[in-house]
Amino acid sequence: MTQTSPRRRIRWATVSDHTILILGAILMLAPPLLAFISASHDAVTIHREGIQVGFGDQLGANFQKAMFEKGGFTQTVDGTLMLMNSLILGVGFAVGKIIISMMAAYAIVYFRLRFATLAFWMIFTTLLLPLEVRILPSYEAIQRLGLTNTYTGLIVPLIASATGTFFFRQFFMSVPEELVEAARIDGAGPVKFFIDILVPLSRTMIAAIFIIMFVFGWNQYLWPTLITTDESFFTLVRGIKQIVLSYTDAQIPEHGQALALAIIAMLPPVLIVIFFQNWFVKGLTESDK
Amino acid sequence: MKRAGFTTIWLPVALLLPQLMIIAIFFYWPAGWAVQSSFYLQDPFGFGSTFVGVDNYTDLANNGEYMRIAWFTVVYSALVTFFSLSIALLLAVKADNVIRGAKTYRTLLMWVYAIAPPVAGFLGILFFDQRNGPLTIFFQTFGWDFKLGVNYNSTATAMVMAAVWKQIPVNFIFFLSGLQSIPRAVREAAMIDNRSATGRFWQVTFPLLAPTAFFLLIINITYALFDTFGIIDALMKGEPGNNPMTLVYKVYLDGFRGNDLGGSSAQSVILMVLVLLLTIFQFRLIERRIHYT
Repeated sequence: MTQTSPRRRIRWATVSDHTILILGAILMLAPPLLAFISASHDAVTIHREGIQVGFGDQLGANFQKAMFEKGGFTQTVDGTLMLMNSLILGVGFAVGKIIISMMAAYAIVYFRLRFATLAFWMIFTTLLLPLEVRILPSYEAIQRLGLTNTYTGLIVPLIASATGTFFFRQFFMSVPEELVEAARIDGAGPVKFFIDILVPLSRTMIAAIFIIMFVFGWNQYLWPTLITTDESFFTLVRGIKQIVLSYTDAQIPEHGQALALAIIAMLPPVLIVIFFQNWFVKGLTESDK
Repeated sequence: MKRAGFTTIWLPVALLLPQLMIIAIFFYWPAGWAVQSSFYLQDPFGFGSTFVGVDNYTDLANNGEYMRIAWFTVVYSALVTFFSLSIALLLAVKADNVIRGAKTYRTLLMWVYAIAPPVAGFLGILFFDQRNGPLTIFFQTFGWDFKLGVNYNSTATAMVMAAVWKQIPVNFIFFLSGLQSIPRAVREAAMIDNRSATGRFWQVTFPLLAPTAFFLLIINITYALFDTFGIIDALMKGEPGNNPMTLVYKVYLDGFRGNDLGGSSAQSVILMVLVLLLTIFQFRLIERRIHYT
């Protein structure tokens, strides 16, 4: 009796652990999954009965319409165009941010500069104020520069925050001092050291940051909403508002199509996070600390 | 800075220039401009502006609606932070416990990180649908006449639930990595000292997680204040009306729909001060964290 009771208690604890985890997984999984299943029905069914739990036969048709049927006020945008814009924003933002912040971090860490401390503080003050706080003046600045409805206006202001620089600075600081000493003895200049040694060394870090920044850029909503009024610049996430309106207000609501478009809007970042989750988790937990 | 750094002058300047230029144009200029215009009253038709001192600020303090929104923001942030942190902590502790399927659970619990806030809001619209949303029906069985977008409390509940759901993954990832960094020796020692799992959690694990929790507290408050814009915008379907909203939404509404530049700028400045205070608080906590580890 004394031998079985602790073993039994442990087993019960394990069962309750798994139960809680399964409930948690259902909580996270159910909403998008049911939306996906519902996207396989025609508009009338969804309109009349709401969310569906079994698959229908309209999945292909709804996704086809979402991707290729022109919609919006001007009847010129389809899902493919919005997908392209989302990719441009996600990749453009991530690549731009990585290049600019690696350069800046390299300058701060590896050079003896008199104004390095000043530059450091100027850059890191930007960590304090997210774009949402200074949204109106940032919009005014873009408007005065004539950059509304351009990819530059969409992407570059989002880069004006030092998260990437901060991350690469931390990483460069942890690179052994001997490396740069050895490189100098071997006669490598600063450019050669950066391109041939430091960049290859940072590969994993670059990948991690790329994933985080791609998801961040892809998921931007407020800034694209303000900057792009021309529908040909709409991203999928920016277009969600139109999806919501067509789902709730339109006279003949295209429910299936709206759901399919919402699924397309979440799919690429979700797949990237799932497939590269080790890099992603590493980047997230190490960069934000 | 590295001891054996390079001594070239032109190269680091050239490397820093792009970052500094972007920051100057898209950060310092707008931020300064916001502070300046918060002291002016803009003509709504664009014919100049008049210096009004702190009038924009006192107007806000005397504005009942603004104070009500501020109060909602406080309650909203507190609820979102509390629920997303506690649910994530529970799940992380369990995920750290189990041996079988640990990796699958981790994937299932973190992937929602990649979903955009407005998309989460759109999912909320499906589940809180007036006629046949599952959660609307669920609330109605308890006698609550749930009306998204019409009833203040209903909309607020939907906003909190969607925001909590979206934030669980981030907290889960950080808590799990915090738990996994607790040394095995410490766990085993605790195992010998304290046989109750609950006792062990509150006396050993939780204090060791405190630095992570403090850090996440700030992250979550910032999230509730700023990043939930998309959720709020989607759930009110673009019709502010009588619906609850946060301070950031109000900035957007007054600045872009109401064309009240001065008032909106003053609100921006208030938020800036708020974020600065949060950051100072965070830095002090990080200083304290050094004593922990």
